[in-house]
Amino acid sequence: MLEALQHNGWTIIGPKVQDGVIVLDEIQSVDDFPIGYSDRQGPARYRLTRRANKAVFGYNVGPQSPKAVLHAARKVIWRGKKNDLKSQETAEPLPHIAFVGIRPCELKAILIQDDVLLRGPYGDAFYAARRKNLFFIVVNCGQAGGTCFCASTNSGPKADSGFDLSATELMGNDDHRFLMQAGSRRGEELLASLPARPVTEEDLKESGALFAHAVETMGRTLDTHGLKELLYQQLENPRWQEVAERCLGCGNCTSVCPTCFCSTVEDWTSLDGSEARRERRWDSCFSVDFSYIHGGSIRQTGMSRYRQWMTHKLAAWQDQFGTLGCVGCGRCITWCPVGIDITEEAAAIRSSAQQKEALDGND
Amino acid sequence: METIEPLLAEHPIFHGIDPKYISLMVGCASNVRFNAGEFVVHDGDKDNEFYLIRHGTVALDVYSPTKGPITFLTLGPGEVMGWEWLVPPYQTQGDARALDLVRAVKIDATCLRAKFEHDHELERELLKRFVPIITERLKALTIQLLDVYAPRAHKSSF
Amino acid sequence: MTPRPFRVKRTYAETDDTFTLELEPERPEEGFAFAAGQFNMLYAYGVGEVPISISGDPLKPLPLIHTTRSVGLVTEALRRLKKGDLIGVRGPFGTSWPVIPARGSDVVIVAGGIGLAPLRPALYHVLRNREDYGQIALLYGTRTPSDMLFTKELEQWRGRFDMDVGITVDRATGSWRGNVGVVTRLISRAPFDPHNTVAMVCGPEIMMRYTVMELTKRGVPESRVFVSMERNMKCGIGLCGHCQFGPSFICKDGPVYPHDVLTPWLRRWEI
Repeated sequence: MLEALQHNGWTIIGPKVQDGVIVLDEIQSVDDFPIGYSDRQGPARYRLTRRANKAVFGYNVGPQSPKAVLHAARKVIWRGKKNDLKSQETAEPLPHIAFVGIRPCELKAILIQDDVLLRGPYGDAFYAARRKNLFFIVVNCGQAGGTCFCASTNSGPKADSGFDLSATELMGNDDHRFLMQAGSRRGEELLASLPARPVTEEDLKESGALFAHAVETMGRTLDTHGLKELLYQQLENPRWQEVAERCLGCGNCTSVCPTCFCSTVEDWTSLDGSEARRERRWDSCFSVDFSYIHGGSIRQTGMSRYRQWMTHKLAAWQDQFGTLGCVGCGRCITWCPVGIDITEEAAAIRSSAQQKEALDGND
Repeated sequence: METIEPLLAEHPIFHGIDPKYISLMVGCASNVRFNAGEFVVHDGDKDNEFYLIRHGTVALDVYSPTKGPITFLTLGPGEVMGWEWLVPPYQTQGDARALDLVRAVKIDATCLRAKFEHDHELERELLKRFVPIITERLKALTIQLLDVYAPRAHKSSF
Repeated sequence: MTPRPFRVKRTYAETDDTFTLELEPERPEEGFAFAAGQFNMLYAYGVGEVPISISGDPLKPLPLIHTTRSVGLVTEALRRLKKGDLIGVRGPFGTSWPVIPARGSDVVIVAGGIGLAPLRPALYHVLRNREDYGQIALLYGTRTPSDMLFTKELEQWRGRFDMDVGITVDRATGSWRGNVGVVTRLISRAPFDPHNTVAMVCGPEIMMRYTVMELTKRGVPESRVFVSMERNMKCGIGLCGHCQFGPSFICKDGPVYPHDVLTPWLRRWEI
């Protein structure tokens, strides 16, 4: 399959073990995949482990998501000369990229970023260009990670749409196989060129059991019922202060989050001043400067910055884009150096709001 | 010659008041005028009067030896100048100056306070009408004090 | 994200720290149109880009007119531009003052400090189409008399019999003969029918907050009081996330909002 894609001119990007984590990188052959690896994740904890079997996709998610490719961390958006201000920045030729082995939550995150970066009155031309020639081969999750909660955000463990091909890895009885499903014409064509046999009832039963097990063993859950209204009403809940006392404001959560899209622009000039460039880079709402207007920053306290991040993800995003801004991948929990858990915070705010209501009722 | 009574009744501060109170106050009221530049009261005066402005503008200043007079409020027709007469030591804060020809009704507060001794209803009626004025001034003063248009001390990246 | 090159046609100081830029496009054939209340992202070569409201006449959009205050690196670079210098312009962006929905109503424009600049296009519009509106009042407050923008035009507007102009300063020294006191004090005296009024307010956020209170006290519904908001902006087009305010991006859902939409958010700190 990889060869077929490469033959058709696709650059393959997929999971690979590097520096003790699974990253997204260019894939030359099947051997590049993290065969026989798994990952153990918890709040502020990520460890690669060895599996007993040779599963290719027997892990959950690494710190990177396709965002790193589609919405690059740094991008020159303008380059020009003082005497005419014409942009010298020529559009680089973009490779046709096939993402192989991304997860349903990651695919959902791309669709969410599409809403933000493509559907507004002004699209992001750079993102649009990157987004154009992509091929998605999603690998569904047959197991849940310690910080996952995609079942709560309706973005996994199985992808329903948005892919060209989806695969479910089945490891039963020395019979290592992939259950494939096409989601587009291109996907069907690729599938037709591969050695395959028709899907059986048994295959479906086996995969269904895997998904059910993944949902059951998912490390986290998020109660999304009335979540937007709850958070809007609880902007002054004391819990924000408690979490702020733990939060380091490092912005790890925003850089690993597959939907976080905020960026800033830096200006550079050549030493003689004859040329300048403007470079866009990821920004984080956890920095004090993020909300700076002349005279001071709007969000001066860590409390308000954590609240901004979480209420945007779980509440305001719904008003702005019609979906949650969270896909339940759990990265923000795993990669938070102090293990702050968005699901725990949401639950704590919900329960303290309920308790207060009960107390007020008794008065 | 105009009689004072209708001038009192016409002024917004006494809008809707029972005419019996106007009659009670008339004895303490007099018609006054100030030419442009003339002082109405001085900072620290024992404030035994207040003014219902009918025409012209009165500036309230604090005098600074280095900056000269700094005006913090101007009052025009329909407004009342002076509330310090309500509380001891009945002493004026700031200078008041006519900016142009000012016509006003002056109420002798010593006279009025003497009436309060016998007529608590009159006192209550006047307090009801002065407290909103004082709170409005206080609110306005708060905003003024914030100096919202002031240039920020440090230069930003913008 | 690519700015259009414009050239400085004229630049002049309005007050000690405010100035006006008049800009002409390098490619005039592309034209330029804007609605009152919209802003542009102005790029000072090599220094940076800032959102600045357009302060000219929407009917005569060129030369493009921007009035702003020098407060930092980029605005200071803009202030130092000379006739003939190049500047990058992206825009116009954002929502506009409701000059069309306000037809048939009284119009009250309340400006504080530099806030008169983004309101001037709306004022041009309602004065040009004078017969479409009821009473028109401009209430303007600044810190001191010397901080007042557009003083010549203010004189002309004061001379008109078909509009009411109230001007006040927070503090005055010397020869000032006008009102002293906060701009909110002008509202109770301004001639308009609160039940049939559209108010447009721009100034520092605190000034706007108390202005809205005073307007609602007189009976103007909050849904008919419009304010222009300011937050950090990098892109101006709803992509960079900096200007988030509650459930909206000020650059594309604002800067002009009916106040009732903002009320729940303005009453909370650090939103």
